Amino acid sequence: MNGLHYFVFGIYPYIALAIFILGSLVRFEREQYTWKSDSSQLLHRGQLRLGNILFHIGILGLFFGHLVGLLTPVAVWDALGVTHSFKQMVAMVAGGVMGGICLIGLAILLHRRLSDPRLRAVTRPGDKILLLWILITLLLGLSTIFVSASHRDGHEMVLLMNWAQHIVTFRGGAADFIANAHGLFKAHLFMGMTLFVIFPFTRLVHVWSGFGSVTYLGRAWQLVRPR
Amino acid sequence: MKIRAQVGMVLNLDKCIGCHTCSVTCKNVWTSRDGVEYAWFNNVETKPGIGYPKEWENQEKWQGGWVRNAAGKLEPRQGGRMKILANIFANPNLPSIDDYYEPFTYDYEHLQKAPLSQTPPTARPVSVLTGKKMDKIKWGPNWEDDLGGEFASRSRDALFEGVQKEMYSTFENTFMMYLPRLCEHCLNPACVASCPSGSIYKREDDGIVLVDQDKCRGWRMCISGCPYKKIYYNWQSGKAEKCTFCFPRIEAGQPTVCSETCVGRIRYLGVMLYDADLIEQAAATENEQDLYEAQLSAFLDPHSPEVIAEALRQGIAQSWLDAAQKSPVYKMAVDWKVAFPLHPEYRTLPMVWYIPPLSPIQSAAEAGQMPHSTVGDSIIPDVKSLRIPVRYLANLLTAGKEEPVVAALERMIAMRAYKRGESVHGQGDATLLDPVGLDPATVEEMYQVMAIANYEDRFVVPSSHKEVVEDSFNEKGSCGFTFGNGCSGGTSPGSLFGKKPEGSVIFIDMPKSRRRAADGA
Repeated sequence: MNGLHYFVFGIYPYIALAIFILGSLVRFEREQYTWKSDSSQLLHRGQLRLGNILFHIGILGLFFGHLVGLLTPVAVWDALGVTHSFKQMVAMVAGGVMGGICLIGLAILLHRRLSDPRLRAVTRPGDKILLLWILITLLLGLSTIFVSASHRDGHEMVLLMNWAQHIVTFRGGAADFIANAHGLFKAHLFMGMTLFVIFPFTRLVHVWSGFGSVTYLGRAWQLVRPR
Repeated sequence: MKIRAQVGMVLNLDKCIGCHTCSVTCKNVWTSRDGVEYAWFNNVETKPGIGYPKEWENQEKWQGGWVRNAAGKLEPRQGGRMKILANIFANPNLPSIDDYYEPFTYDYEHLQKAPLSQTPPTARPVSVLTGKKMDKIKWGPNWEDDLGGEFASRSRDALFEGVQKEMYSTFENTFMMYLPRLCEHCLNPACVASCPSGSIYKREDDGIVLVDQDKCRGWRMCISGCPYKKIYYNWQSGKAEKCTFCFPRIEAGQPTVCSETCVGRIRYLGVMLYDADLIEQAAATENEQDLYEAQLSAFLDPHSPEVIAEALRQGIAQSWLDAAQKSPVYKMAVDWKVAFPLHPEYRTLPMVWYIPPLSPIQSAAEAGQMPHSTVGDSIIPDVKSLRIPVRYLANLLTAGKEEPVVAALERMIAMRAYKRGESVHGQGDATLLDPVGLDPATVEEMYQVMAIANYEDRFVVPSSHKEVVEDSFNEKGSCGFTFGNGCSGGTSPGSLFGKKPEGSVIFIDMPKSRRRAADGA
């Protein structure tokens, strides 16, 4: 395999993760005033409620699906008696459903953002790049379902799991596992990793706060603090 | 008993002339920025009217404030914590900017640059949102000023509940009053409770409710949570903003800008002591018409030796206790019972109180146009037949309970009649005062505070004791009030590596697309 492959799938993941984590930390530490969801609901509601809820359900489903699906060790699935082909089927169906929900939501959001003159006026280039980036990543991810459908033994899926698990456990040779993966997978992986790279520089940082807001459930109603 | 102090406000609606000076000075100081052009931390509404934003008092529509559930516990009307979090992606109760108004300016440049023509050039309105010309301005911050607009629209006013509004729609019975509104800095704020990030808080030492701009994530739940609609979403910065009660001035012992500039001298500022342990119980009072009394019972008497001893023990400064004893707010709210909270039924225990208006009726009574009685030499109009229906005032101030409002109006009428006697006959008629439970000394003080309203009687604001909360040596040479992180403006206009950080940037740049739209329009 050539050097580019090793760079993109062996080294770039660490660069992406480093930028993702350090970038988020630096922005949180230095520029918290810019840390926000950047909602545009006030200016134009339109189909926001439908689109935004679908989009977020879809993308959160995809995030946790990838997290559990890729990072749970193969041995655990084997011990649970989940066959590789069955797991691949679950991944394809669940990913397809969640991806579909996310895609519908994203399409509504994009349409809303680009069709209303008030929203067009406040939309920054970063907002458009972000939405388009997610759209392309999502479409690539959905298209891999058709690739997977042609070989249902779960072999390629296990290779992808091995790749991800080797990356996060700092074991060498991760890139070797996916050397012969289909180009669509590689493109999806690259776009997905790059999403982590742009994360700290966009409004995506509100994802951290979204998870953080769960602490609200255990909070007292009133907050009184000394100056 | 947990004693806390708060700087409260009373507005004497009897003297408000609706000049909007408070709104304008407030706007110039606090909201003359991008993203909050549409926001008025202080605004003056003409009542009856639907107000700003449209129909803000209609909580069936906006779901603001608190409700008492079957178990006797309070929760925000917009829902419990789970429901609020579930609505985080799209808040179903958020007003749209058109419920306030589309902020606009005018194309003044055209007046200078227009070519010679038969007719004088006009400055067309330009939307601040899009930078494009607007065909017609459809609504503004004070569209109903002095009863502007047709009654059919104004009569959507929620305060007409229980009032035969058709009766008042006829021209002869037309009435109006002004209602200046700002953040209530509640004891039980619904905005604080609604914030998933915990960015809104009440200050322990002076009770001011503030949004921590760094911690706000723009989830927008406070905006729907506040029943007074006094938190605004800055659509440019993506953060919630609200009235700050001019805290830098209050800390220095100065009145807020709106109070300082009030030409009618209607605003009063003073310290109130209250028992923080009673808040929850008071706000959860079962009958909403008892909420006014419940809030009164949470206030502590600053003259009581036990309260003073306990307050000192809990670390409240002597200067604050002295101020509390001289507080005009305490006198009007507790001693004389002429001031009332705005919409106590929202269960937020607001701390900006109002004296109901009386003025238009005395002359009508003297002209024999309304039922009245004569005590000695004085004509006492029947309060129930005021031009402004008592029920309407009660809907505004006491959840519809008329007795406290009637009692306050009767006291004010008695005060006037007594003082009139003094200047006309050289002696006040004390028999006027007995039925309303006043004595000449009290009337004299009421007259000084409410009618003469000298500066030092209106504003009794102790300066804060910064020395106990911060080390001012470390503050030297630091930035004052800025957005963002220390002296940074919170925006990074340059690239990651280029451009040195500049000083505070208070005005956020217009985004390029908007500038283009503005240029091209």
